[in-house]
Amino acid sequence: MIMQSSIFPLLAILAPLAGIPGMMSSKNANVREAWTFASAFATFALALVLLPGVLDGTEYTLTIAPVIPAVPLALKVDSLGMLFAMVSTPLWIVTSLYSIGYMRGLHEPNQTRYFCCFALAISATVGVAFSANLFTMYLFYEMLSFATYPLVTHHQDPEARVSGRKYLLYIVGGSIGLALPAMIIVFSMAGTLDFLPQGVLVGTNIGAGLMAVLVVMFIFGFAKAGVMPFHSWLPAAMVAPTPVSALLHAVAVVKVGVFSVVRVLTGILGVDLLAHFHLSTLISGIAAVTILTASLIALSQKELKRRLAFSTIGQLSYIILGVGLLTPKGITGGMVHIAMHAFGKITLFFCAGAIFVGAGKKYIPDMVGIGRRMPVTMTAFFIGSLSVIGIPLTGGFFSKWYMLQGALDSGQWIFMVVLLVSSLLNAAYFLPIVYKAFFCTDEESLFEPVVKEAPIHCLVPLCITAIVSVVLFFFPDVFRTLAELAVEG
Amino acid sequence: MISQQYPALLIIAPLLGAFVVAVLSWVDKKYCFGMAVASLAAATVSSILLLIDVVAQAPEPIVYKLGGWDPPFGISYYVDSLNALVLAVISCVTLVNLGTVRTAVNKEHPGKEGSFYALYLLAVTGHLGMVVTGDAFNLYVLLEIAALSGYALLGMGHRRAAFSTLNYLFMGTIGASFYLLGVGYLYIQTGSLNMVDIAGILTQTGATMTVLTAMSLIFIGVLIKMALFPMHAWLPNAYTHASSPASSLIAPMTTKVMVYVLIRMMLTVFTPDITFSMPPVTETMVWLASAAIVGCALLALSARNLKRMLTYILIAEVGYMVGGAWLGNTTGMTGAVLHIVNDAAMTLVMFLAAACMAYRLKSLDFDDLKGAFSKMPFTMAFFVLGAVAMIGVPPTCGFFSKWYLLLGGVQAGNAGMFGGYVFCGSLILSSLINVVLFFRVFEIAHFEPLAQGVDDHGHPIRPKIPMEEAPPTLVGGLALTAVALVVLGLFTSDIVDVIEAGVLPLLDPSLTDTIFLAVTGS
Repeated sequence: MIMQSSIFPLLAILAPLAGIPGMMSSKNANVREAWTFASAFATFALALVLLPGVLDGTEYTLTIAPVIPAVPLALKVDSLGMLFAMVSTPLWIVTSLYSIGYMRGLHEPNQTRYFCCFALAISATVGVAFSANLFTMYLFYEMLSFATYPLVTHHQDPEARVSGRKYLLYIVGGSIGLALPAMIIVFSMAGTLDFLPQGVLVGTNIGAGLMAVLVVMFIFGFAKAGVMPFHSWLPAAMVAPTPVSALLHAVAVVKVGVFSVVRVLTGILGVDLLAHFHLSTLISGIAAVTILTASLIALSQKELKRRLAFSTIGQLSYIILGVGLLTPKGITGGMVHIAMHAFGKITLFFCAGAIFVGAGKKYIPDMVGIGRRMPVTMTAFFIGSLSVIGIPLTGGFFSKWYMLQGALDSGQWIFMVVLLVSSLLNAAYFLPIVYKAFFCTDEESLFEPVVKEAPIHCLVPLCITAIVSVVLFFFPDVFRTLAELAVEG
Repeated sequence: MISQQYPALLIIAPLLGAFVVAVLSWVDKKYCFGMAVASLAAATVSSILLLIDVVAQAPEPIVYKLGGWDPPFGISYYVDSLNALVLAVISCVTLVNLGTVRTAVNKEHPGKEGSFYALYLLAVTGHLGMVVTGDAFNLYVLLEIAALSGYALLGMGHRRAAFSTLNYLFMGTIGASFYLLGVGYLYIQTGSLNMVDIAGILTQTGATMTVLTAMSLIFIGVLIKMALFPMHAWLPNAYTHASSPASSLIAPMTTKVMVYVLIRMMLTVFTPDITFSMPPVTETMVWLASAAIVGCALLALSARNLKRMLTYILIAEVGYMVGGAWLGNTTGMTGAVLHIVNDAAMTLVMFLAAACMAYRLKSLDFDDLKGAFSKMPFTMAFFVLGAVAMIGVPPTCGFFSKWYLLLGGVQAGNAGMFGGYVFCGSLILSSLINVVLFFRVFEIAHFEPLAQGVDDHGHPIRPKIPMEEAPPTLVGGLALTAVALVVLGLFTSDIVDVIEAGVLPLLDPSLTDTIFLAVTGS
């Protein structure tokens, strides 16, 4: 392991912020969007520069300020952080393109505020990915919470107000009420909050009981991970414009929650120590309950975005389940799933938004025969569904395969059953939509067989992410290598 | 050598300034503001240079003998890192506030600018004096200077201000009397009024009944003056009905200075040995502070006026500091002093934001805040930053003092004081209630007035609210202080170094002689 000081992680966090003054001051919408693209590409490029080094086992570090003795505000780019950055930064570029099509297509008001808050949220996301210790991660986690609030409540109507309240109650309530005290407890015992390969609690006199309490506090405290019963903010947050749901509530925000949990389990509490106290069943059990319950609830949802939201809740817990197995294969699978699910699910959200922009439909029963009108969109939807279900020729297969092996290795066959049953449920709530969209009689179809897709700005991004989902099946090496590096420590 | 005169300059500059301003107001009112700024700037510069000097020579304090009279007979000013830091913070806060609120003073006190600035300087003199003095009785005198000018400033406010200030006057006088009575008992026991000298004598006499009586009287007096719940009732009305510039001076300054006085009494006068000699008392104080935090947070929920809500938050924060000081460990004490610094800055931001809003809006009742984000985007942006600090989100300074307080609470709890855990719980609860409090305001300002009908695209039509910001000087000062919240947060470790240089020697018996020698010279 080579440690190297580098300014790039900080620049990658600042790059999204650098565009904000430009966005706010430009009177012309095209100029404003140019600023968004400039910062999106810059952020991605700055992260990409560090990728080869990370793949070679280098870690890039930077201490910004020694705010509290023993707990500096510090950045570190390691393989797990890089994996997350490689998911969130390129998808920001794609989502920006999609946002333009969606927001202009629907003539949404307050677009400047929207794009500025979006940039702020991405900056925080990159910050979480590149944090060197729990305190820094908490800082960016909270920054993300507050930056997303104006996006969730974008429409400023009573419904948005209620959703915003729910969002704050769970997200900020969880982080201040549970994660912060847990962090204090860890620090008072260990005297450090740095992410270490073996965790920070090795050598302290911590007992199994307190360890279990900490696990629960962190998993529920990082409520962005949507683990039940701290999940109901996510369906409520679907009142936001679809690009927000797509990038933030399928990729950035929710993955920040899961990423934080994974970081804490691997870097703070320590895999070996968790295994020593036999806490695998607790972690994976909490996740398994969420997976099955969320999948069952998803079956009953009539509104497409809400069904996707419950699907996301279930898929997020896959990641926690995978890591909770505490076997190398399981952890690798969980980490790779961060990437695989992101590309699949963002495709699905893009499709949901495209259907809303192109055909004005939100509810699944109204989508019978929509494949005749929007064949490209629905094909992408099909590919996205396959990836989320985990069927070969899409990237989603890959991570599920690893997790199944991890479950076998750990000897907890029950979790293998959970994974398989859940895959069936996933198929049960996605495939009928696709089936009804294409295969229906002319009488059943609610649409004329005239092709009329959403605007090109909306269509291109969803094609890109769908293609990437397939490509990741054949070339998963970047994400797999990063995850394996992270597991080897 | 001028550098030896900083402790005196600090007091003399605003004191003389106050008289000159009063005279100038008869000549021409337009000179008053400049004079006030100049004299306060002199005090601020002295306090900052003093801080630099004293940190350099820590742990030995700087002792300034007024008139060259030796203690314990003469009055001496005593400056260590602890009060040098508080002096610097108070003088900076009051100077920034003075530079900012000029337009608000002109609007709210037309024709009385001269007397306002004169009283402003007198109030600052009194508060700085309380912090710098090393003499227990002199502290009482300065307490009265601070209080009397404070009553006058607050009483100049709106229609009901005079009545609520009268209430404050009664309570304040009772508090000051308790303090004076306590000092009397101390004098009976020790025959001295110099703080360090008293401490030296008390180490020989021990905690006699007289000393314990003195201690309880002094602490009760100070707690009344700082409005610790449930002795807080005078504060919300007095501050709410005061004018914006008066409340943005008094709110960041008075409670913080009184907390400093409490800590000084605990550590220097009675010394940790006597202060923490009775565990039940210590534990009760922590429980009381916890009750203050939760009680005031709940009271804040009942407020329907922004300024009233802020006053309840202010007294909840008093609980933070009192609780931290009584945890009985270094971390908690560091947190309490750090919170004096951070809370002064945060309170200034909140009250300046309220001043900006009061300048343009009809009132600060919640119903009148509708559309504030559209009307005053900059003010509201900085208000949000201040609120985030109050909630305790990093990297704003509010997080870091809370961090130390929580850590101190956990340490105290692990050391067997159950109140430590209770204190932690109340801190977390109060942060959560702050989220509710501030987002309730944001909701009103962000969502209302509600949309009327929908347009062609199905989007609600929101009423157009033209932008109407407060004057640039007001918003500029607000911006400066709001940014300072983040800067203070990032420099926490440096501030903590200064605090520890001040607090640790007071907790370390081996350094008592050094301090005693520096004060008495014998």
